[in-house]
Amino acid sequence: MLDYDINLKRGANLRGPWTLFKKESLRFWRVGMQTVAAPVMTALLYLLVFSHVLKSSVQVYPGVTYTAFLIPGLIMMSLLQNAFANSSSSLVQAKVMGNIIFILLTPLSYLELFLSLLAACVIRGVVVGLSIYLVAIIFIDLPLVHPWMILLFAVLGSALMGTFGIIAGIWAEKFDQMASFQNFIIMPLSFLSGVFYSIHSLPPFWQKLSHLNPFFYMIDGFRYGFFGAGDISPVVSFSVVSVSVLLLSWLTLVMLKSGYKLRG
Amino acid sequence: MTSAIQIEAVHKRFGAFNALNGIDLSIEQGEFFGLLGPNGAGKSTLINILAGLLKPSRGSLKVLGYDVQSQYRQARQLVGIVPQELVFDPFFTVREMLRFQAGYFGCGSENDAWVDEIIESLGLADKANTNMRKLSGGMKRRALIAQALAHRPPVIVLDEPTAGVDVESRQMMWEFIKKLNRNGHTIILTTHYLEEAEILCNRLAMMKQGRIVALDSTANLLNSLPGKNLCLKLSSESIPLALQSLLKSQDQNSFTFALTEVSQIESVLSELKKANIVVEDFQLLEADLEDVFIDLVGRDRA
Repeated sequence: MLDYDINLKRGANLRGPWTLFKKESLRFWRVGMQTVAAPVMTALLYLLVFSHVLKSSVQVYPGVTYTAFLIPGLIMMSLLQNAFANSSSSLVQAKVMGNIIFILLTPLSYLELFLSLLAACVIRGVVVGLSIYLVAIIFIDLPLVHPWMILLFAVLGSALMGTFGIIAGIWAEKFDQMASFQNFIIMPLSFLSGVFYSIHSLPPFWQKLSHLNPFFYMIDGFRYGFFGAGDISPVVSFSVVSVSVLLLSWLTLVMLKSGYKLRG
Repeated sequence: MTSAIQIEAVHKRFGAFNALNGIDLSIEQGEFFGLLGPNGAGKSTLINILAGLLKPSRGSLKVLGYDVQSQYRQARQLVGIVPQELVFDPFFTVREMLRFQAGYFGCGSENDAWVDEIIESLGLADKANTNMRKLSGGMKRRALIAQALAHRPPVIVLDEPTAGVDVESRQMMWEFIKKLNRNGHTIILTTHYLEEAEILCNRLAMMKQGRIVALDSTANLLNSLPGKNLCLKLSSESIPLALQSLLKSQDQNSFTFALTEVSQIESVLSELKKANIVVEDFQLLEADLEDVFIDLVGRDRA
């Protein structure tokens, strides 16, 4: 008779979630041209065009040039979009191709599944953000007033969008639905979040509306880390972003636990 | 001794459709078990519930005593599932996928030797560093089997593993799976190739419309039909009316008659002689699994 104690004993180690994290990270790293280099290029193009067109007309904070103001926003925007793309594209592709079963057949718990996918999103977000930063500072002088705050918002922001990406990936059944998510939710929210302007330059109605946009808080808090100034208090931004991360994580865990759209 | 698989009163509904209507089945350790039935009989549904990909509407399933829902971690450690569809991850090579798959189950580098053994035994050595995307259908199927075995499960479930697979791949797979069975692994197989089931499996269940309609050793099932098949090649393409009731199949001038007892041969031959039809070739065959299958399940086999 076959001895299967060894199978049962290995259940308790952390290699399972670690492997999934490694696989999800390698997955984007293998296509780095598309997942890292391309967002850096896009961000630089935005920087080139907007800073050239607007540099003479806008000064947002005293002593901060428009070009410098723009960079943290662009970094955060790319970071958020890439964190979202990592989990959402991985899940929707695995569902369409059918290879999602290789994950579903494993003893990974729904919490392990969530954390592994999420950690890879954070890594991709931070790698993309850091790459844009490193390229940008070749050309532009950028202060770093509170580096830990920059890192904190980078991690929280990519966690929030990574979680959102997991929800979208579980929900979407085809690439088309995922593209709608990206074009009709992620893009408008990121463009209307104060990446290119301070919301104080907006009419009161639009200012109020911006306060409902979670992207605004992620970008403002992140930017505060660079300049020590922002549109609102970083404590408020931190609270809004953390609560959003917790709420979305809870929702994702409920979805994963119930097997929604994954286990019929 | 704990059963390898213990299925009790499992029902599965999809909306108004009852895919499984109360399945009770117990498979012992070390068995080579075949699950047969026409398309839509519920075989894959049952396997997917066992794998945790679907949830049963009612009933319980255990792998080596561990419940697939409440003790899913243990249950999944103990079972390896080869899915029916040719699915693959397009980002990685065969060896990478196998190491990842083993890793999800908590295996580390100590398992690499086993991964290499599977690669070797399934004839994947040449392709170990090839991207999954670039493999042929037969090779993808072998890789799927390898993936199910990566964590060295004592119970192995193969859902239509030979569908669309070339002869060489099929031979290689069966040799390896037979070896695993000899080493103590429990094998559960669904297949459309009845000859395969007849040769490989020591016990069979036949399913129809979400129920098990027969469950017995392969030998007993084959003996359950006492009849024999009389295969004749005749000088004519038509036969006397009196023989029509015994006719099972006809291909031009080759006829197969289903006999319930051997003594009927005499009357068949005398009818043919009366009609001046000459017998050019003669064969008497035992009923095979296909006859049992058709007898039990009807003629709607796909």
